Amino acid sequence: MIDCRYPVRYRVSSRLEETHDTVTLTLEPAEDPIAPCRPGQFMMLYSFGVGEIPISVSGAPGQPALTHTIRSVGAVSAALCAAQPGHVIGVRGPFGTSWDHADAAGRDLLLVAGGIGLAPLRPALLAALAQPGRYRRIIVLAGARSPAELVFASEYGQWRERGASVDITVDKADASWPGHVGVVTQLIGRAQLDPHLTTALMCGPEVMMRITGRELTAAGLPAARVWISLERNMQCGIAECGHCQLGPLLLCRDGPVVNFEVAEPLLAVREL
Amino acid sequence: MSVLGSELASHRFASGLAPGHLDRLAAIASRIEVAAGTRLFDEGGQATSMWLIRAGQIALDLHIPGRNRLIVETLGPGDELGLSWLLPPARWQFGAVAQVGVSAFELGTAAVTGLCESDHELGYQLARRLLGTAVARLQAARIRILDLYAAPSHAVGGTS
Repeated sequence: MIDCRYPVRYRVSSRLEETHDTVTLTLEPAEDPIAPCRPGQFMMLYSFGVGEIPISVSGAPGQPALTHTIRSVGAVSAALCAAQPGHVIGVRGPFGTSWDHADAAGRDLLLVAGGIGLAPLRPALLAALAQPGRYRRIIVLAGARSPAELVFASEYGQWRERGASVDITVDKADASWPGHVGVVTQLIGRAQLDPHLTTALMCGPEVMMRITGRELTAAGLPAARVWISLERNMQCGIAECGHCQLGPLLLCRDGPVVNFEVAEPLLAVREL
Repeated sequence: MSVLGSELASHRFASGLAPGHLDRLAAIASRIEVAAGTRLFDEGGQATSMWLIRAGQIALDLHIPGRNRLIVETLGPGDELGLSWLLPPARWQFGAVAQVGVSAFELGTAAVTGLCESDHELGYQLARRLLGTAVARLQAARIRILDLYAAPSHAVGGTS
């Protein structure tokens, strides 16, 4: 039994530059692997000598290798993004809750992502695409700052070929961009959702999720069928240090995936 | 080709209007098909029509010297195109071009204004819908100003 308090060594087996500041790393175990992870869960990735940060899994579930998509925004994430094949990284986990969309079977599964928020949703999407016929429709609505900052851009075509409806919108674009320009909430109105037959999973900037969640519930989707992925200052991963507290929740244990019915009142509290 | 009130009712913008109002609007609406690449209007032109988009995608754009053409926003099925006609000087603030083939209902705004003046209840219903469109676009623009997807240190209100 692996002790989640100590990192397990994994070796970078591949590195893909998604954008100018975001990379996807594939990690192979260099010793006994950690337990299998579920879509939506996160790992603590340790760049030895630099520090440790929480990063959601972004690869298909059930694979021995781990896949993480990381944006360089600080010292630790920059060190992880710079890791080349062969580099060794420490991994603790898996931690937290996973996407709960069992009730979406036979209904529409809606995934709404903002920026790198598409990374934690990707395992749920890949799992859904691997079960053709389980869902009425699989709808992906994703927003990004610009076309150059889209993650997994090379996969959208495959997702569409496998049956998903994929609509991408960006904040800024010139005339060469054939997709949407605007905020992701504007795509919701055009998606012709049936609120009684939809389960929504969301990940992105918190403001975006708050606004989108309200838009969905205003359209008639019950808050209990809207799930969001939240992030606070996760450190221990085992609900002992309290750094990731959000009201009554410790997000490393009770999150990152939280039901909107539970999360919405907490997101409105400034002190949290 | 004439448009039926029931057809208009299927569009998000007109959904919920009374049958009589739908029929009056349908009488002044025409069904149009626009080929990809067709420009519906240019910045500064006289605004004399509004469109209810049924299919396809339209880009609102602006030419900026030295930066070619920038897309301000795209509109799609269920959206209403054209707000500049509502207030003087009734000139388009942006241009509009069909990015793909577009199907829409087109309504001449002089006729729409005439209907609104002769039937204030219809005018009120349309004003509410047009205001809703304007508010939704204002809110979307405000969210984009926040630059939510920027790296934390670059975002509005971000730290170092």
